[in-house]
Amino acid sequence: MSTIATTKTKGFPLPSSLKVIAGTERAQAAYPYYMQFAKEDDERFWFYNSMHFPEPMCVFDMITAEAAYCALGSANTRVHSLPTTLGIDYRVLNGRVYIGGNGVTDPAEIAKRTQEFQRRAFYYYANWERLFAQWKEKMMALIREAEALPKLELPEFEPLEHVHSGRGIASNHYILETYQKTLEGYFRMWHHHFEFLLLGYGAYLTFFDFCKKAFPEISDQTVARMVAGLEAEIFRPDDELRRLAKCAIDLGIDGQFREGVPAEKIIQSLKQLGEPGAAWLKELAISRDPWFNINVGDGFYHYHRSWNDDLSMPFAALPGYIANAKKGERLERQTDKLMAERKQIIADYRELLETEEERAAYDQMIELAHRVFPYVEGHKFYCEHWYTNLFFNKIREFGALLAKQGFFPDAEDVFQLSHYELESAIIDLMTSWSNGSPPRGTERWPAIVRERKAAIAEWAKHETPPALGPVPDIIDDPAIVMLWGITRENLDTWLTAGEQPDSNEIRGFAASSGVVEGVARVVKSAEEIGRLGHGDILVCQVTNPSWAPVFQKIAAAVSDIGGSMSHAAIVAREYGLPAVVGTGTATQKIKDGQRIRVDGGRGVVTLLE
Amino acid sequence: MPSSEIIGWFADIGLSDRLTVGGKGGSLGELTRAGIPVPPGFVVRTAAFERFLSALEKDEPIRSKVEALGSHELDKILALSQHLRARLESAPLPDDLNSGILAAYTELCGRDSNPPLAVRSSATTEDAADASFAGLQDTYLWTIGAQATLRCVRSCWASLYSAASIAYRRKRELPESSVAMAVVIQAMVNAHRAGVMFTRSPLTGDRSVVTIEGAWGLGSAVVSGEVTPDRFVIGKITGEISVREISDKHVQHLAAPGGGVGEAETPEELRRAPCLSDAEITALRDIARKVERHYGRPQDIEWAIDQAGEIRLLQSRPETVWSSKERAPIAKPAEDPLQHVMKIFGGRR
Repeated sequence: MSTIATTKTKGFPLPSSLKVIAGTERAQAAYPYYMQFAKEDDERFWFYNSMHFPEPMCVFDMITAEAAYCALGSANTRVHSLPTTLGIDYRVLNGRVYIGGNGVTDPAEIAKRTQEFQRRAFYYYANWERLFAQWKEKMMALIREAEALPKLELPEFEPLEHVHSGRGIASNHYILETYQKTLEGYFRMWHHHFEFLLLGYGAYLTFFDFCKKAFPEISDQTVARMVAGLEAEIFRPDDELRRLAKCAIDLGIDGQFREGVPAEKIIQSLKQLGEPGAAWLKELAISRDPWFNINVGDGFYHYHRSWNDDLSMPFAALPGYIANAKKGERLERQTDKLMAERKQIIADYRELLETEEERAAYDQMIELAHRVFPYVEGHKFYCEHWYTNLFFNKIREFGALLAKQGFFPDAEDVFQLSHYELESAIIDLMTSWSNGSPPRGTERWPAIVRERKAAIAEWAKHETPPALGPVPDIIDDPAIVMLWGITRENLDTWLTAGEQPDSNEIRGFAASSGVVEGVARVVKSAEEIGRLGHGDILVCQVTNPSWAPVFQKIAAAVSDIGGSMSHAAIVAREYGLPAVVGTGTATQKIKDGQRIRVDGGRGVVTLLE
Repeated sequence: MPSSEIIGWFADIGLSDRLTVGGKGGSLGELTRAGIPVPPGFVVRTAAFERFLSALEKDEPIRSKVEALGSHELDKILALSQHLRARLESAPLPDDLNSGILAAYTELCGRDSNPPLAVRSSATTEDAADASFAGLQDTYLWTIGAQATLRCVRSCWASLYSAASIAYRRKRELPESSVAMAVVIQAMVNAHRAGVMFTRSPLTGDRSVVTIEGAWGLGSAVVSGEVTPDRFVIGKITGEISVREISDKHVQHLAAPGGGVGEAETPEELRRAPCLSDAEITALRDIARKVERHYGRPQDIEWAIDQAGEIRLLQSRPETVWSSKERAPIAKPAEDPLQHVMKIFGGRR
């Protein structure tokens, strides 16, 4: 097991040269020791995972990295035995998550792992449909388990029925048990997440690679169009909004949906409308479970709330959909037509291949890509959205319980504790409930919470280097290439970005074609979505399918990170908007309000002023 | 000589008639018959050339003199070329040829009108597909009037005896009896925009794109390289326009008032403006795709858009650079289709 071969001649700043921002040292120390940079980390290449963690991470939220990398690594290293790569190492500094791959370079080791891989991964490919059906069952069972976790109660006296039934275990024990089950479920969910993911991406990339060789000028989005499914779960929340818009028109209550009116006000007025209002609210309830379990981020931050928790996003989108429907636009996605188009594109490219031999190989590869893709597209809804919402909301319940006991002012403050610290606070509370003494945490946590919140705010003001350490000669780690779209070429772009400050062009992946000029809105977090106006160009670190409703407003999208199969790219294509993703630096280089041109076919953003 | 032996209308000829109408004539007929918009016209078949030549041969041998030359005897080639070209351009046309061509001219142009015509050599040799030979013969654009047209026909015939053309044939030791010249006579497109397109990428050989190059005015400015054309790349299948390189098109070729081609500076506001709209790029792609489908292989096409905005193809020939390249198959079908994933998982080194 060795790391990627490196060259010392050219590189990014060393981890040891990156300092904790003054005044935030204690907040930095709150992250577990195994996430802290150490001296030997200078020998390795790291990159800032701004795709998943575009903002500084609260110490509790780091569990999303911890659980995910534990599961990703075990799938790669131990379960499927990917020949050339093990898992991902991660570190956190100033709230920023840096990651590095563990490549395998020893030929004997690769040979051994290859043999294992073919006994494991090939079995998954060969039995994909059965195992995926089983996966959905497992995942739904896990979701039901999380939903069934008990409410947190610490009554003054144990309920009499518990005593009479001889339960013998008091309520405080169940607080700890529920917490541990909550964490356990979350770690387990990530194992489900990675059970198929790398294999799915790999099969897709196999076809992608073939297409790029056979048709050197084919766009990434065309390959994506050949493979992408049309019934995938990620389209459903948006589809549900269209359905609700149509419902409102059919019921004659569409006038109630006006821009700028808060969701609660609209719901209030619908309730007063009697029958048609009630009918629409019933439809809303149907859509909400489960399709509003989509959060406004990528599932990595506690404050990326779901549509269910915050109806403002879906309700803000409804007036636009209603207006479009009235203009005569068809609201339902025409899946039959899209499917026929996909079939035609596949056949047309096939016809252009030079030999029957290549056509036969093409058939084999696209067949496999189609087989695996429903998982690649569908898993996010269940894992990063539905389950993750349940998880963070359960942690909120602990926050509420502790806040009530004076551990900190607000239930949301719970996310300023690491999951270890939270367990200690829970045990503190259990003890206090049991012995009648006041909890000790009320003295300890409020100051710490204040300090850590201030540190997050401070860290957010500072840019962080896109990568650290020596640049590898080649990047041969399929996981890094597939999941983060990081190639040797775009590292070079990052390295030279600083050398040409005058360049008015920013390059990225061509994600969805078309050329548009307009005003840039640099949106640094999901909370700022409201600032987007009609015809604006969205510039963000990373976009997400739950942002889909803003795509009806905007003219184009630009992101720092993401490949042609990122959800931003998929949604942009769905809406026919130009998009350039994976630019690395768009949010740093583009000023809010600046006029820019987005050429989504070429992957170029031009600053016009 | 019956006129059908002298004249072949585009609608009646195709590539299989190449030996009597030449490569260019056959191609234009083929396109016309495939429903591709081509400016109307006809071919003066090789039989007319043979008839003219045999009349001249009676006075003094031609083909045997050419064949007697060595490919390196440049002085002799030059002298014979001058002599033969002068003979072909000055000798009277046999009456039946004269009247046959004039009748077709009138049918094409109408009784009292003299629209500008293109008179183009359409040579036939054993290897008629060889583009480099086709390029050695003359083309006369913007020819106006019946007499001028007849003169150009003879000049085309005579260009078969240009020094370069003779030298080329001698080097390849082509028998002169196999060399004949047909002449295309075709309505001229008063091009507002014109250029070339390839049904594959000239840079990467990618067959899934159509590369279009074009500029303002007549196509001669692009073909001769006098202007850097705009360059567009459009997906053959997807219709996505992935490249739009708009260049500074400082000059354009225009029809000169009295016939022929003139050059003019491009008006300032057009120099850096794209010469094609997206709709036109798409329409050109549709035609390119149709032509390629018709021939079953990648094509190299000359196109023009007239003043009314109608697209016309002037020429289509097989693309030769990439098509003749040997290439290892990108992938072969695997006994176990799963083996393909090892390309990704097995390491790229």
